Amino acid sequence: MSNAVDIAMSRKSTAMYAGRPQVLLERGWLAFRSTNWVPVVTGFVEPVLFLLAFGYGMGNLVGDVTTGSKTIDYTLFIAPGLLANSAMNGAIYDSTWNVFWKLNESKLYKTMLSTPLGPLDIALGEITWALIRGLVYSIGFLTVVTALGLTPSFWAILAIPAASLVAFGFASFGMAITSYFKTYQQMGFINFVLLPMTLFSGSLYPISVYPDWLEKIIMALPLWHGIELVRAFWFGEVNSGVFVHISYFVVMIAIGLFVTSRRLRALFLR
Amino acid sequence: MSNPLISARGLTKKFGDFTAVDAVDFDVAKGESFGLLGPNGAGKSTIMRVLAATSQRTSGTVEILGKDPELFGPLVRAHLGVVPQQDNLDGELTVTENLYIYGRYFGLSKKFISNKIEELLEFAQLEEKRDVKVEALSGGMKRRLTIARGLVSEPDILLLDEPTTGLDPQARHILWDRLFRLKEQGVTLVLTTHFMDEAEQLCDRLVVMDKGSIMAEGSPASLIKQYSSKEVLEVRFGSDRNKEVAPQLATMCERMETLPDRILMYTEDGEKLLEKITHAGMHATTSLVRRSSLEDVFLRLTGRTLIE
Repeated sequence: MSNAVDIAMSRKSTAMYAGRPQVLLERGWLAFRSTNWVPVVTGFVEPVLFLLAFGYGMGNLVGDVTTGSKTIDYTLFIAPGLLANSAMNGAIYDSTWNVFWKLNESKLYKTMLSTPLGPLDIALGEITWALIRGLVYSIGFLTVVTALGLTPSFWAILAIPAASLVAFGFASFGMAITSYFKTYQQMGFINFVLLPMTLFSGSLYPISVYPDWLEKIIMALPLWHGIELVRAFWFGEVNSGVFVHISYFVVMIAIGLFVTSRRLRALFLR
Repeated sequence: MSNPLISARGLTKKFGDFTAVDAVDFDVAKGESFGLLGPNGAGKSTIMRVLAATSQRTSGTVEILGKDPELFGPLVRAHLGVVPQQDNLDGELTVTENLYIYGRYFGLSKKFISNKIEELLEFAQLEEKRDVKVEALSGGMKRRLTIARGLVSEPDILLLDEPTTGLDPQARHILWDRLFRLKEQGVTLVLTTHFMDEAEQLCDRLVVMDKGSIMAEGSPASLIKQYSSKEVLEVRFGSDRNKEVAPQLATMCERMETLPDRILMYTEDGEKLLEKITHAGMHATTSLVRRSSLEDVFLRLTGRTLIE
C-alpha cells in the first residue's frame, strides 16, 4: 500500500493512536547512529564505576552483609541494586531530558502530530525507546558483573526482564512528568528527586537500618521496588513479594502512558 | 462552488476572551491556489492550524474532503502536506533521512519513500545536499526541504503558512517557482502571507483578513479593480508639508490616503495627475506612478498598511 489516505483508512486509527509507535524507534535509531554516543557510554560506565568503588573499596571495610536469612559478600549484595539503578538511569535520560528537548526546543512531537500519528503512538514509541536503552544498560552491566564472577546462579538472567520492567516504569512516568515542564529550572526538580532516591533506596545497604518511618517512605518509592524485584530474581528468591513489585510497575506504566498521551494531545491538538 | 475541497462556515476560534478568528466563511476548490492575506495577528495561522486538524475550533463547521477535522483528525491529516511558519525539520537527521522518516510517520512503505525521495530532492534542488545534516542548510534550502517533506505523502492539499517570510529575495523567487510547478501539477495550495506581491504571484483567489474577519474576497485582479483605481501616484512633500498640502490635493483625485511619510493618490492616470499638481504650483520632492496593488486594497479596507 503506498497511499497515505488508504493507510489511514485501512487501520482503525483513532484520534489518539495510528498503530505505528515503531516509527518512533526508527527515528530514534536514525538519530542515534550519528550522535548521542557520549551519554550512552557514560550511562553504561556509571554503575560499573559504582560497583568497583563501593564493592571493592567499601566492600573491604564492610565485609559481609546479612539480609534476611542470608549472609553474602558486600559486592554481591550491591550488584543487583546497581543493575536496577542502571536500568532506571538509562530510561530516565531518554524520557526526561531528551523528551524535554523534543517537546520544547526541536518541537519534534508537534511535527509528528501534524501527520496522521497520534499522541499514543508517540508516548508508546518514545517510552519503548527509553526502555530499550535501559535494557541495553542492564545487559551491559550484567555482562561486566558476570565477567567479574559476581552472578550467583543462572537465575540472574531473569534479572534482565525484571530490569526492563523497571526501565519501562521509569520511562513512562518520567515522560509523563516531563510533559508538564516548560523550563530548565523545573527539569532540575527531577534530579532533586532522583539523587536522594538513588542514595536511600537500599542499593548500597539494606533499608532495615532505617527508623521505621523512613523505611516506610522508601518502601513507597519506585526504586526500592525496582531494586527488590531485581534482587529477588538475581538470587533466585522469587516469593509473593515479587508480585507486589511487578504490580507497582504495571500501575506506574499505565499511569505514565495515560497521562503522557493525554498531555501531548492537550499540548498540540487543541 | 460545487464540491469544494475545503469548506468553512462560521469558523470561530477564541483563546479565552480573545477572538482570534471571528465567524469566517470560505471554500477552496480542487486545484485552486487559495490565499489568506493579512497582517500579523489577523488570524491566518490560527485558521491554518484548524485546517491542519491540530487545533480545535470554538464554533462553526469545517469540512476537508467532506470530513470534519475534529472527528477524523488522522484521516484528514493523511490528505494534507503541512509547511509551518517556522521550519521544524529534524535537526538530528540528514536531508534524505528527514524525507524518509516523515514518510514513515504516514505509514508509507520504505520502497515507496525511497523512490519518492529522488523525485523530491530534484524538486527541492537539494540533490547535492542529500547526506548533509539539515542544520548546515541555508534558510531557503530548509524551506524547500520542508515543502518537499510535506509532499512525501502525495497530499491532496498543501498548507503553507508564510512560506517566504524571512527569506532573501533570491530565495523567495526560487521558492515561488517551485510553488508554481506544484500548482501546474494540480496540487491545491492554501497559503497565508502578509506580502502582497506573493499573494499576487501565487494566488488564484484570496481573502483579505484583518482582526479575525474576512474583509474581502476575490482574485487579486478583481480585488484591485473593485477596491482601488487603475494607478496610484505616490508623492512626498517632506514630512512637515505633507499635511499642509493634503486638503488641496484631496480635491484633485478620486481618493487619497495620507501616510506618515507619503501621500497616495488614487487615479486612472497618474502622470496626468502629477502634471496637474505641478501646474497648481506644488512641487513634490519625490513622485512615483505605479499600478494599484493588493497593498492599496488592504489600505482601503482597513485604513492600515499590511506591514507596520
